Amino acid sequence: MRTPPTHFNPLARLLHWLMALMIIAMLFIGAGMVTSVSARHEWLINLHKPLGIAILLLVIVRILVRLGTRQPPLPADLPGWQVMAAKASHLLLYALMLVLPLLGWAMISAAGDPVMLGRSLQLPSILPADAQVFALLRKAHGYLAYLLFLTVLLHLAAALFHGWVRRDEVLDSMLRGRSRD
Amino acid sequence: MVDRSSPPGGPQRPPLSAASLVLRLGGIAVVVAAVAGAFAYVHGNFDPQRLTPKALVDVLEKNNGVHPGFRRNHAKGVCVIGHFESSGEARPYSVAQVFNEPRTPVVGRFALPAGNPYAPDSAVPIRSLALRFTQANGQQWRTGMNSMPVFPVGTPEAFYQLQQAQLPDPATGKPDPAKVPAFFAAHPEAVPFLTWVKTAKPSASYVTETYNSVNAFYLVDASGKKQAVRWSMAPLAQDAAGAVAPEGSDFLEKDLVRRLAEGPLRFQLNLTLANADDPVNDASKVWPAGRKMLNAGTLVLEKTQPQLSGECRDINYDPLVLPAGIEGSDDPLLAARSAGYADSYLRRTSEVSQLPTGKQEARP
Repeated sequence: MRTPPTHFNPLARLLHWLMALMIIAMLFIGAGMVTSVSARHEWLINLHKPLGIAILLLVIVRILVRLGTRQPPLPADLPGWQVMAAKASHLLLYALMLVLPLLGWAMISAAGDPVMLGRSLQLPSILPADAQVFALLRKAHGYLAYLLFLTVLLHLAAALFHGWVRRDEVLDSMLRGRSRD
Repeated sequence: MVDRSSPPGGPQRPPLSAASLVLRLGGIAVVVAAVAGAFAYVHGNFDPQRLTPKALVDVLEKNNGVHPGFRRNHAKGVCVIGHFESSGEARPYSVAQVFNEPRTPVVGRFALPAGNPYAPDSAVPIRSLALRFTQANGQQWRTGMNSMPVFPVGTPEAFYQLQQAQLPDPATGKPDPAKVPAFFAAHPEAVPFLTWVKTAKPSASYVTETYNSVNAFYLVDASGKKQAVRWSMAPLAQDAAGAVAPEGSDFLEKDLVRRLAEGPLRFQLNLTLANADDPVNDASKVWPAGRKMLNAGTLVLEKTQPQLSGECRDINYDPLVLPAGIEGSDDPLLAARSAGYADSYLRRTSEVSQLPTGKQEARP
């Protein structure tokens, strides 16, 4: 067996930081959009849709990269509950990154609205129009987005805990290509 | 993930002093709180005065009561099915397929601009017509039009205040009669609407009214050139215009069914082209007479459907669902309508199972 890598693969790191920016932007766009009636509402919703589809495409690539590359292991001295929390929260992040854009696409379809990514770029509907299905999907989209935001905050806090308090290699393994020592 | 079988490389980090540990944990808390705070700020949590879609729909519910499953405004109506026949006259101004193809299917809805689905038809002197054109390429044009030529106010904030002026007083259960006149005294932009409404009478029929977009939009041609327009649907049958509303409270739908039994009903789609100085972002202002007008084609209505089982029930007539070739203007009411309708749509689609099962007229 080869020695496990100490750092994430460059493509994995690129995808991580690119998607981190996009997802945080997306969460803020969503939060501003649903609480505004000004021209900002329209402007934000027109950003929200194409950005969501871009995230969907990237998360598919990212899952393939994740399955096709080796990840640096967690520190051996990490307490068991933190190992569990790390694994569960990563699984949740991946699931939400995949599910939220699909829910958005599905809810627009269920509303019977054309799925427009711009003035003329249209995606097919992925569900038949159904008001009750729309209401369910629209609520799930909202609640799961808040859950994603909380999970991102937890992820951020844990990353900083590794970097500033534990001072192990976990944060470094996503920040740079090679170990400092 | 594979746990490391050997201790991490390099020397063990020296333990943190208590002060350093507290400082570092505090640093993490500050970073997380800053991100959460920024999110709450964008979300409006620190700004209870911000006009939100929820606030707009809540004030309508407070004024009208909640009628589960029904639209929060224009609650009483009837679906109409038909098509649009383009004349080709708008083709030089817009690439939208609806103006370029001979025929586009339409699902529409006539309604009363009131929040109570059981309001008598004579309750308001205004009628509305919402239309959804589905183009062959899958893009849609949705428009919600009203029989008034202008909107009372030009901004969503003023609309909200007008609704607030009509809120029932908790003590009496009735709105304070002084508040609406006080609102209009403070809002001179409402004069064109008030002048119109003084002479407006509840019509006896939906199909003798002219329905106006009220808000302005842009037509966009193949080179990207924009022309500001307002549109209206003018009835081609004028027979009963001005007729006094009959007795009873549900005559509009009956009249429509009776007329359609005799044959299709037609409206002409007129596009009024703005001059350079005409107000494009203010729906409370009239455009002066003498503007160039295009006859873009004919709306042909063929049949009605009850609103609780018809195709129009689950359509959100969001005025910003537009095909390529038509764009919204910077009229602030357009974005507010889009945002408010979305909120109302989620509320009523969540309540579909609570809708009365019989005819709409049968009160639950």
